[in-house]
Amino acid sequence: MAQFWAVRFSLILGFVFISPVIQRDHPHHNDKGIKVKLIIATIKPFKLEEVREALTDIGVRGMMVTEIKGFGSQSGHTEIYRGAEYAVNFVPKVKLEIVVDSAMADQVVETITTTARTGKIGDGKIFVLDVAQAVRVRTGETNDDAL
Amino acid sequence: MNRITKLGLAAALIALPSLGLAQEADVTPPNEEIGYILNTFMFLVTGFLVMWMGAGFSMLEAGLVRSKNVAMQSLKNVALFAIAAIMYYLVGYNLMYPGDGWTITNVLGAFSPASMEPVGLADTETDLTYASVGSDFFFQLMFCATTASIVSGTLAERIKLWPFLIFTVILTGLIYPIQASWKWGGGFLDANYGFLDFAGSTVVHSVGGWAALAGALILGPRIGKYKDGKTHPMPGSNLTLATLGTFILWLGWFGFNGGSQLYMDTAGNVADISRIFANTNTAAAGGAIAALILTQLLYKKPDITMVLNGALAGLVSITAEPLTPSLGAATLIGAVGGILVVFAVPFLDKLKIDDVVGAIPVHLICGIWGTLAVCLTNGDATFGGQLISIVIVGVFTFVVSSVVWFILKATMGIRVGEEEEISGLDMAELGMEAYPEFTKG
Repeated sequence: MAQFWAVRFSLILGFVFISPVIQRDHPHHNDKGIKVKLIIATIKPFKLEEVREALTDIGVRGMMVTEIKGFGSQSGHTEIYRGAEYAVNFVPKVKLEIVVDSAMADQVVETITTTARTGKIGDGKIFVLDVAQAVRVRTGETNDDAL
Repeated sequence: MNRITKLGLAAALIALPSLGLAQEADVTPPNEEIGYILNTFMFLVTGFLVMWMGAGFSMLEAGLVRSKNVAMQSLKNVALFAIAAIMYYLVGYNLMYPGDGWTITNVLGAFSPASMEPVGLADTETDLTYASVGSDFFFQLMFCATTASIVSGTLAERIKLWPFLIFTVILTGLIYPIQASWKWGGGFLDANYGFLDFAGSTVVHSVGGWAALAGALILGPRIGKYKDGKTHPMPGSNLTLATLGTFILWLGWFGFNGGSQLYMDTAGNVADISRIFANTNTAAAGGAIAALILTQLLYKKPDITMVLNGALAGLVSITAEPLTPSLGAATLIGAVGGILVVFAVPFLDKLKIDDVVGAIPVHLICGIWGTLAVCLTNGDATFGGQLISIVIVGVFTFVVSSVVWFILKATMGIRVGEEEEISGLDMAELGMEAYPEFTKG
């Protein structure tokens, strides 16, 4: 639960704080504008492998994957353990974080949407954020060169 | 390498004639020693099987507690086994088997440490009709440790380490041996009430269960377990380990019940041990299948933890009389145990008695059932004799345990603080985790 809230909070904080910071430091009208996007997607765990393959096929070269729990429109359900019923309020999901060149972002979102969709409630959500800076640790390359 | 092998072969060939000579010299033990040797050997093998039940309890409990309490639960299990071993040596053995040395005849045994025969049985008149004292002590001590193992599971996730260990000292040094002397030491339950308890449905399992029940009542449930009139389950951390633990207990039980035949010196005794092994096995199977089918019917999905409890329930149920039932009767006795457990677990929750691993349903309730079930297949048992013995042992164990728990609660406290309980005993009391998420490499 604590982990879930941490995830939730970082998401919210991401929206609230990072965006203004980005706009101040790297205004969009600047020639050196943001060229890197972070795509956060929550999907059903059993879809992970399929989504990974589809993303690799369109040229995505890396992603971060976290097992998370949460709830949205698909609220929890009940289970029985040793004769006592209990509510499963948080449903297991997999969170993908993919950082790509801005030009590719729409295609990535499109691919995740079509691949992860089952049509049933609980298929997940996708968020797209601007990234202020990306650095490759090994070489020091930045932004889209770092991807 | 090859040369060395050849040299070894040559050496063996040279040694062969002398081996032949050794065989010619008659080293066959005299006939009157063979029974003693087989009895002793049987005690040693069945004894280490029962010892291994300590591993079974550890794994079962480690699997059924949450991951934040696994290291503590493992520590309690190894510590209680060691305490039982020392206490049984210091006072337990002679308190339980005083021979003619009763302090109060047929009620309170002798207060002295255990001692074994001299090396090589030198200068002693050994009774060759039984087994060595060393093997008997070794075997019986394992039953004492089993009793203590039962308590730790019930009280898991909230009891402080040291008060629990102090209780274990009293349980294994005094409570268990005193009541066990009434039956197995030839005391008044054996002599006056015709009480029959082959391997300890009452003497071992219900005693552990009563001590656990007293502890659970005085300790109280885990925080958040019963809230707003509802039970909130706290699922165990590792059902793989719980399953392994159950299978280890199942294996150990062949020693537990089989060794309680006490003799393996005749064809009749060996055949009886075979009956006991087969009956013990089928009772566990009956209990597991009963719990499997019943949880499917009641809850629409089978509950693995209940099936594990069901197998153990079958084992406890057959323990009071594993010899006389047929395979069919043993299966049914075990199955009834499995059914009892499935109903007893939620029933205890209704009473707000928090038993983390289901030790009270398995060991106390099925211990009582198994002790009464002796009457079904053994004509020597009387329902009244069984019942009164269950009550006497129960009252003694429950009252003495309650007094000890109360004294511990009043003097040093038996429960960890709220914060410690919520953050888990592993970090709070041990400063380490069983499953650290990040290691320092």
